[in-house]
Amino acid sequence: MKKELLSGNEAIARGAYEAGVRVASAYPGTPSTEILENIVRYPRIDASWAPNEKVALEVAIGASFGGARALVTMKHVGVNVAADPLFTLSYTGVRGGLVLVTADDPELHSSQNEQDNRHYARAAKLPMFEPADSQEALEMTRLAFEVSERFDTPVMLRTTTRISHSKSVVTVGEPLPELPATSIEKNPPKFVMLPGNARKRHLFVEERMRQLSEWAASQDFNRIEEGKGDIAIITSGVAYNYAREVFPDASILKLGMVHPLPKKLIAEFASRFERVVVIEELDPFIEEQVRAMGIDVCGKDRLPLCGELTPGRIRQALLDGEAPPVAKQAENLPPRPPNMCPGCPHRGVFLALNRLQAYVTGDIGCYTLGFMPPLSAMDTCICMGASIGNAAGLSRVLADEERKKVVAVIGDSTFLHTGVNGLMEMVYNGGAGTVVILDNRITAMTGRQDNPGSGFTLKGEDVPAVDLEQLCRSLGIEHVRVIDPYDLELTRKTLQEEMAREQVSVIITRRPCMLMKRQKVALRPPLHVDPDKCVGCRACLKLGCPAIQWDATAGEKGQARIDSLICVGCAVCEQMCKFEAFGVSHG
Amino acid sequence: MVETITNIYLVGVGGQGILLASEILSEALMLAGHDVKKAEVHGMAQRGGSVVSHVRFGSRVYSPIIPEGEGDILFGFELLETYRHLHFLRPDGRVIVNDLRILPPGVNLGLQEYPDAIAERISEAFADTTIVDAASLATKAGSERAANTVLLGALSRRLELDEAIWRQAITHMVPEKFRELNLRAFELGRAC
Repeated sequence: MKKELLSGNEAIARGAYEAGVRVASAYPGTPSTEILENIVRYPRIDASWAPNEKVALEVAIGASFGGARALVTMKHVGVNVAADPLFTLSYTGVRGGLVLVTADDPELHSSQNEQDNRHYARAAKLPMFEPADSQEALEMTRLAFEVSERFDTPVMLRTTTRISHSKSVVTVGEPLPELPATSIEKNPPKFVMLPGNARKRHLFVEERMRQLSEWAASQDFNRIEEGKGDIAIITSGVAYNYAREVFPDASILKLGMVHPLPKKLIAEFASRFERVVVIEELDPFIEEQVRAMGIDVCGKDRLPLCGELTPGRIRQALLDGEAPPVAKQAENLPPRPPNMCPGCPHRGVFLALNRLQAYVTGDIGCYTLGFMPPLSAMDTCICMGASIGNAAGLSRVLADEERKKVVAVIGDSTFLHTGVNGLMEMVYNGGAGTVVILDNRITAMTGRQDNPGSGFTLKGEDVPAVDLEQLCRSLGIEHVRVIDPYDLELTRKTLQEEMAREQVSVIITRRPCMLMKRQKVALRPPLHVDPDKCVGCRACLKLGCPAIQWDATAGEKGQARIDSLICVGCAVCEQMCKFEAFGVSHG
Repeated sequence: MVETITNIYLVGVGGQGILLASEILSEALMLAGHDVKKAEVHGMAQRGGSVVSHVRFGSRVYSPIIPEGEGDILFGFELLETYRHLHFLRPDGRVIVNDLRILPPGVNLGLQEYPDAIAERISEAFADTTIVDAASLATKAGSERAANTVLLGALSRRLELDEAIWRQAITHMVPEKFRELNLRAFELGRAC
């Protein structure tokens, strides 16, 4: 059999292909993004980016009702957006198998919270698999489609960052030779969730979960690994690996399905040991349910509730003083946080917002880095699309002078995700506010994915692009202006004028992301600093551009220098310099 | 019985191509018949931030991340990032480090200083330290952009893998038009 080194995300894509998935839909979100990016390697799958996670799930539901197997993937907070259709889908069940991947992010490597999405499986009453490596990610994806059809239920597959982005050796399987046939099937009692039908389906859901629980107790994915000693461990997902690493000889009950729990199996296992520890990341999800069975287990009394687990953290929590001391990092080293790229079109906008002392309601994307010094121009960040609604709410409670300080900033992709609703609200309910759509023509933060505004699909097909100006005007906004954010004076002046306005206005700052490959952003020659003209005033440093470096030893007071290897020639710094020290490099 | 696992940290700055280097390394280890796991975090790390990739191999690897303080090799693509992660190593660990400084934002702004004599400090703390001038060797091979392959060459001497396997992994992972360049760069690194 062929062995490959695959990430969890690549393995899920492969598993979906082998399972005969016909439709895959998603909104990009770290750590889930690469699943759909890898699924395009299998041309028979109709894979696409949806405007948001709710729509992605609705597309998958439609495909399933038409008899096709459908995959939908998202990051953990994306499930919050998709939760509405998800909870009712649990009642209707499926026709073709439907699997929803939730990629959770303990430790908040790149997220705004670290919610534990295992609770969704319990709340929506549907089964959830949790793989512990890439091989399991592939196999459980295949199995999830079988379970979905066999028990008439959507199935969730939960990964965490360390599963999604870790690579391990996988033996791939054979794909279904042909995709199952599709057709229309009318069945209103099952698919039309009006109260009369839904009451009956709720009874079905409860019975389904009972049967599933019984079935899962005897399946291989929940397995006991017999060991030595009187300590036993219950665990699942990536935590299983850490547990094995720290307790190589212990008896372990490894759960592959974390909802519903195989209660009989757990009771039998626990009865054989004096002490049972549940090792799980984030919430005591398994632990509390096992306790509710009347079984005395421990776990979160010692293991942390916050952050991801590591072998070291488990050792420290459970092995008392036996853990070897961990060496400390050298002190006072300059940190290296992420930064906007050289030539990023957002930089000048945040400089202007800083100068105008705006109160900036922010959103999710690369531009959230506008929070960082020296730009320091972001005051709120809640979730995808929240900036405009937040600004609308602020405008209702602030006196006129303060209200005019409020500016909502949102990226093009985030605006189309859920921001547009906030703008409707602002216009509809007579709010007044300034909204800046930072239009860099792509979903940049997650790695440059296309969206309905970019004019291209996931598969690279040329399609009509949403016209943001027309869209805003159609909502009733009279003042829509499009500017080039590389022009600092124009950006500042436009912001100042629109902030003073009594009505809602939208400023679209349009410039493609510097990292975009397709549009071949015209690279301009790098700039240089003339040492005869630089007086060391440090004005250019306020941009926080990685290409501008301060040389404390140069000139009388130090001088700026440009790293010509990373400068892309956007010339925004040139506009900051009163001494005309910046220019295009000759020679 | 605890099986012997070798733990390699790759550290550097987002945009340096560390993920591709760890792909080539992991591919070579798998081709050599080892169980391999590698872990890293994508997303924010692309934006010039600190990047860490964990590569582990042996007969059976469980955790994808290296247990704290159990690093065997610290494979650094930039001096400050290597110094920052020295505590990940076991006391008798080895360091292979690129002789390159990339200034972090606070230093660029003139608010902080880039620590001096990092290479010396690393060599003092770990006897088995190799400092590689990857940029010069890569230029010699044909392009400064092949610096990562030079570094992989330097690492390859410290792992018991056939050279043929390394060449196979590079050939597999690098686009054809850069293949010869990278194989030359690998050779030069191997001499370090």
